[in-house]
Amino acid sequence: MSAVLDHPAHHADDHAHGHPHGWRRWLFATNHKDIGTMYLLFSFTMLMIGGVLALGIRAELFQPGLQFVNPELFNQLTTMHGLIMVFGAIMPAFVGFANWMIPLQIGAADMAFARMNNLSFWLLIPAALMLAGSFFMPGGAPAAGWTLYAPLTLQMGPSMDAGIFAMHIMGASSIMGSINIIVTILNMRAPGMTLMKMPLFCWTWLITAYLLIAVMPVLAGAITMTLTDRHFGTSFFNPAGGGDPIMYQHIFWFFGHPEVYIMILPAFGIVSAIIPTFARKRLFGYTSMVYATASIAILSFIVWAHHMYTTGMPVTGQLFFMYATMLIAVPTGVKIFNWLATMWRGSMTFETPMLWSVGFLFVFTMGGFTGLILAMAPIDIQLQDTYYVVAHFHYVLVAGSLFALFAGVYFWGPKWTGVMYSETRGKIHFWGSLVFFNITFFPMHFLGLAGMPRRYADYPMQFADFNMVASIGAFGFGLMQVYFFVFVVLPMMRGQGQKAPQKPWEAAEGLEWEVPSPAPWHTFETPPKLDATATRVVG
Amino acid sequence: MTSLLRRIPRLLTLVATLGAGTALAVNDLPGGPAVRQLNLHPPVTVIAEQQAWLHWFMLIVCVVIFVGVFGVMFYSILKHRKSLGHKAANFHESVGVEIAWTVVPLLIVIAMGAMATRTVVAMKDTSNADLTIKATGYQWKWGYDYLKGEGEGIAFLSTLDYAHREMSNAGQPAGDNYLLKVDNPLVVPVDKKIRIVTTANDVIHAWMVPSLGVKQDAIPGFVRDTWFRAQKTGDYYGQCAELCGKEHAYMPIHVKVVSHADYTAWVDGKKKEMAALADDPTKTWQLAELVARGEKVYNANCAACHRPDGKGAGPIKPLEGSAIVLNDPAAQLQILLNGAANGAMPAWKQLSDTELAAVITYTKNSWSNRTGKLVQPAEVVAARK
Repeated sequence: MSAVLDHPAHHADDHAHGHPHGWRRWLFATNHKDIGTMYLLFSFTMLMIGGVLALGIRAELFQPGLQFVNPELFNQLTTMHGLIMVFGAIMPAFVGFANWMIPLQIGAADMAFARMNNLSFWLLIPAALMLAGSFFMPGGAPAAGWTLYAPLTLQMGPSMDAGIFAMHIMGASSIMGSINIIVTILNMRAPGMTLMKMPLFCWTWLITAYLLIAVMPVLAGAITMTLTDRHFGTSFFNPAGGGDPIMYQHIFWFFGHPEVYIMILPAFGIVSAIIPTFARKRLFGYTSMVYATASIAILSFIVWAHHMYTTGMPVTGQLFFMYATMLIAVPTGVKIFNWLATMWRGSMTFETPMLWSVGFLFVFTMGGFTGLILAMAPIDIQLQDTYYVVAHFHYVLVAGSLFALFAGVYFWGPKWTGVMYSETRGKIHFWGSLVFFNITFFPMHFLGLAGMPRRYADYPMQFADFNMVASIGAFGFGLMQVYFFVFVVLPMMRGQGQKAPQKPWEAAEGLEWEVPSPAPWHTFETPPKLDATATRVVG
Repeated sequence: MTSLLRRIPRLLTLVATLGAGTALAVNDLPGGPAVRQLNLHPPVTVIAEQQAWLHWFMLIVCVVIFVGVFGVMFYSILKHRKSLGHKAANFHESVGVEIAWTVVPLLIVIAMGAMATRTVVAMKDTSNADLTIKATGYQWKWGYDYLKGEGEGIAFLSTLDYAHREMSNAGQPAGDNYLLKVDNPLVVPVDKKIRIVTTANDVIHAWMVPSLGVKQDAIPGFVRDTWFRAQKTGDYYGQCAELCGKEHAYMPIHVKVVSHADYTAWVDGKKKEMAALADDPTKTWQLAELVARGEKVYNANCAACHRPDGKGAGPIKPLEGSAIVLNDPAAQLQILLNGAANGAMPAWKQLSDTELAAVITYTKNSWSNRTGKLVQPAEVVAARK
């Protein structure tokens, strides 16, 4: 039936032991490729759900006045859109990539803890059901914003508890996934694959996994304190009992800022694999790329309070967090310059993965610059909690993380499915998404500068035109992703299309291109012998 | 292709006319947002001027760097392609270059920070204020107390004009000040240092006025402060900037900056008005006059959630036919004074004894509730103890 689904049939006779078939293959999955596939399909499902919520927001904001939803439901839409996209779509998608690619790239047979891998995926399902199902609970879904600021969370109905429980479960899943990734990378590399020869995608995920282990418990602590404030009479954040609502923000953003790098570092890894391939030239400054990634990760722990300039920090606090935040531009700039130097005097072609990567560079950098502008405390006083912030983080999260994910799907999809995608359809998907993305989010800069606050169900009429443009763009962007699924993903999964060779890209380097396409169910069962660059299997 | 390109301007005009046609007639609101505004508000304070300057500075520096970097990248994209027969070079590292593009950006960001430092320090200096006003965030209105300086003792609530809330619900917005019109604007004198102390009654709100360059969270249980010195008289508008529940979009801020003479006149008038309005909580009221007073209180404070017909909506409890409203004045009074449902129904203890008595009496004698019962202010006084 499908190229993805029928590996066991092809290769069953390669192995002494039997494979589970039918639903058992997926429920009891321990194979990193099967689990990776499930992660990717799960995250795409969540992307669609989160996208529908976003379109609900944009439909309401198409014109001033309330047309479709009441303000209660509007706040639920913004909150759940954020939570589902961050915890359901972007993060699991990168874990899916890690599952598929890390063992292939380092020459390992599978992930280190195969059963824990199964658990960390299947935990996501009840968590997602609980999160999405909270819309049907009394009082509706949580409506306190994805940041879940106290004491507004203390006013929420029972769905808040469901949301907190769901995030605990997703956190546990992330931590297990991270332990798996760290142990796999540190212990299961093929002989000769030294750390400094490892593909950059593995490096960025290794650092990301450490970030996850460091900060997911912090989020768990913050939401547990919210839970005990709600039900067990504590007053961590409840001012009525002497609690401090600002402490919640400090704890949340101590998680939240590293979290934004959790969502972008693996994207850097994907782009670092694609640009050298299509420039037909080695990645420039591999070592400095590794150091830059580590620097970003370390700096991410000392900048959290730039989300809180308007809470009334002392002047020294504002100055410290302003300078520290702007420092992050330095290692991020190094990465951009290295990619540019990789392209420089290369021999470039622009297949779809390369288009997405160049698009990523272009649009992500715009988000980086607005981040630099927001980092300046005096300007942030004007822009905090306005649409400028919404524009900024969608430029880095959609044009950053999501574009890199699409780049990765086109780049490694032939390896996963054994089928080449249609280049024309890939290009339509790219150009459509790029144009509609900018139509949606570029006008939001103007709205923010003009002072339109975010999370508003209705707005003064002067903001009407740009909101209308943004809403039109959003529907176009949503349609492009449906197009992607129906015309790119489904045909590949069904095996429709040109058969992919083992190495579909002329200049691709790395162990994943040393195995056939589609990658057999088991790869590197015995550690491969590698050449000096650790990119080829010899003998 | 070229014919498609030629059509783009026409398409844009079409979209613009469609937009203008549906977006109704609206003009710029001086001191508030302008139609299709592209940049920060025209500044009225020194801080706002510096913010605007810093924003231009950052924008220009960033655009220059962006154009520089991506100019090089697009040159490379155009020239270094396989289709043009370009052969790939072989270089892939250079310590010198890496150090250069680490150090140069480092110096640039330090310079950027240095530009902003003076403004940060000035923004945070709230000392030597001429007038101190406390802004309290309530779900969903602002309360202003003149704490120190001319007008000390003046206190009032500032709520969105109820007609605007109704227009929003009906999906029929109108007016240049849609969602920005309040019953009682904050009045301050020009050219005086005004210190705004913020706090909140329930959840976090944020007091923002873009023209004045001010945004400060109002945090329950804590006080924070900010300041401005307006250089021009006029009306300046802002909105709550921190998600504070369902009516977050409906608690605007209107600051009226007036000349010193006008301010003194306003203070005199306001004080007289307050003295005249001060209700004697020992007065015994007749049913009809208390219901009439209560209707005003209800429309200003309760109707946004419980609806003008008292039927509530969704999780909001109906008052019409409610057992508590009909039969249990003590319980109703407790809910009004202390809130209910974890604050989803906020406490209303900031209303006066007479206002609370009036609104309770109104709910007992409106819609299909025809109890004929009334609650006197004296009972509220007793319940507060």
